[in-house]
Amino acid sequence: MTEPIIKIDAISKSFGNFQVLDGLSMQVMPREKLALIGPSGSGKTTILRILMTLERIDAGHIAIEGEQLYHMPKNGGLVAADERHLTKMRQKIGMVFQLFNLFPHMSVIDNVTLAPMLTKGVARAAAEKRAMELLDMVGMSEKAKAMPAQLSGGQKQRVAIARALALQPKIMLFDEVTSALDPELVEEVLNVLWKLCAETDMTMLLVTHEMGFAHDFADRVLFFDRGKIVEEGKPDEMFSNPKQERTQTFLRKIIAAGHRV
Amino acid sequence: MEWDWNFVWQIMPTLIEGVKITILATLLGSVLAAVVGLGIALGRRSPNRILARGIGFVAEFIRGTPLLVQLYFIFYVLPDIGILLSPLVAGVIGLGLHYGTYTAEVYRAGIDNVPRGQWEAAKACNLSARQTWTRVILPQAIPPMIPALANYFIAMFKETPLLSAITVLELMNQAKSVANTYYRYIEPITLVGAFFLAISLVAVVLLRWLEHRYGRVER
Repeated sequence: MTEPIIKIDAISKSFGNFQVLDGLSMQVMPREKLALIGPSGSGKTTILRILMTLERIDAGHIAIEGEQLYHMPKNGGLVAADERHLTKMRQKIGMVFQLFNLFPHMSVIDNVTLAPMLTKGVARAAAEKRAMELLDMVGMSEKAKAMPAQLSGGQKQRVAIARALALQPKIMLFDEVTSALDPELVEEVLNVLWKLCAETDMTMLLVTHEMGFAHDFADRVLFFDRGKIVEEGKPDEMFSNPKQERTQTFLRKIIAAGHRV
Repeated sequence: MEWDWNFVWQIMPTLIEGVKITILATLLGSVLAAVVGLGIALGRRSPNRILARGIGFVAEFIRGTPLLVQLYFIFYVLPDIGILLSPLVAGVIGLGLHYGTYTAEVYRAGIDNVPRGQWEAAKACNLSARQTWTRVILPQAIPPMIPALANYFIAMFKETPLLSAITVLELMNQAKSVANTYYRYIEPITLVGAFFLAISLVAVVLLRWLEHRYGRVER
């Protein structure tokens, strides 16, 4: 039996008095495509941010490929991970943000080559060759010399995806990657995600409000509410026949708000 | 009292020597202030609380005391503990430290203006803290603050006459010595004002250009 690539065990996280996650446990299998849905404040984005080490956990454990993310072995026990351990673990994970977060002072291709050159010591020529392949895949090779300010939101997001892929992560986290886009630009980004799905064997976690896309794309859908997984299942069951009342209410509301399923 | 052009030409070479020193002190002081300011701004963000507090306290202390007092201290008091500095070096250190505490605030604001997402993207790219600063944060923070930094350097330039108090032979000091030698004040002191005005005007034109060039950020 294959081991889960991500194993989350009873993690908790609060921001001040607000408990975002409360003893949450979940597992993700290698190559699995997971859609995390739920109302805002339900903790789904926080999970991605915790996996990317942008937020620390208050309690619990996370293992990536069997190795602890926030802890490391020492003298037979586990201690809090130091920066070196976190750096090593981060190599396995890439993230794409809602607001793209491209480096605005660098050209498109420099955005993509920066991390491989700095963190993996890849030579410029090799990094640029690989970057052009990735930009080609996301349909942005013609804009390689452009600055981010000259791009549309959809184009920026496609570059951001190429930037994350350049480090060859095993797990990709997509945090509402189409939420900040004008409606007509959503499609081009979703098409890139489809392509990734077909052409790579990365594990992908997707926080999204695009229910139609979540339905077609995901192997498994998790519905979050108030820091807990209320319901999970295959997309077909989840969207056509949700069992929990909270899931039904959420889906009804989001359809009423104009999101297609 | 009459304006004497012959006297003006007679003292001009001496005053120009003074102008050179004034400009030199301003340039060196600016470089030092830029470096010290960055050091203070970074130090105050250190995860080491004691270091951050200590640097913050020293910066507030320097900003809260007059530059003239600091110059006296550096030039006349430090020799008591064996630190003997030439007037110009003492003056440059005084200017650099004092204005460094002001430029630190410019750096702080510039760094705060870089969106949080940039820090997060740097982390997602697995950059080290050092790489994040040098490749991502500072290259975005510094260009928009160049006009504000330049403003402080112009202000510093106009405070260089204080260096005459510690015997630096800058413009004001040269003018005073000619004036005291010939008992004529109107020409030397008027010329000091004229020199400062002329250089300030040039600097302001340069500043406008810098604002135009770097003042806007494209995201």
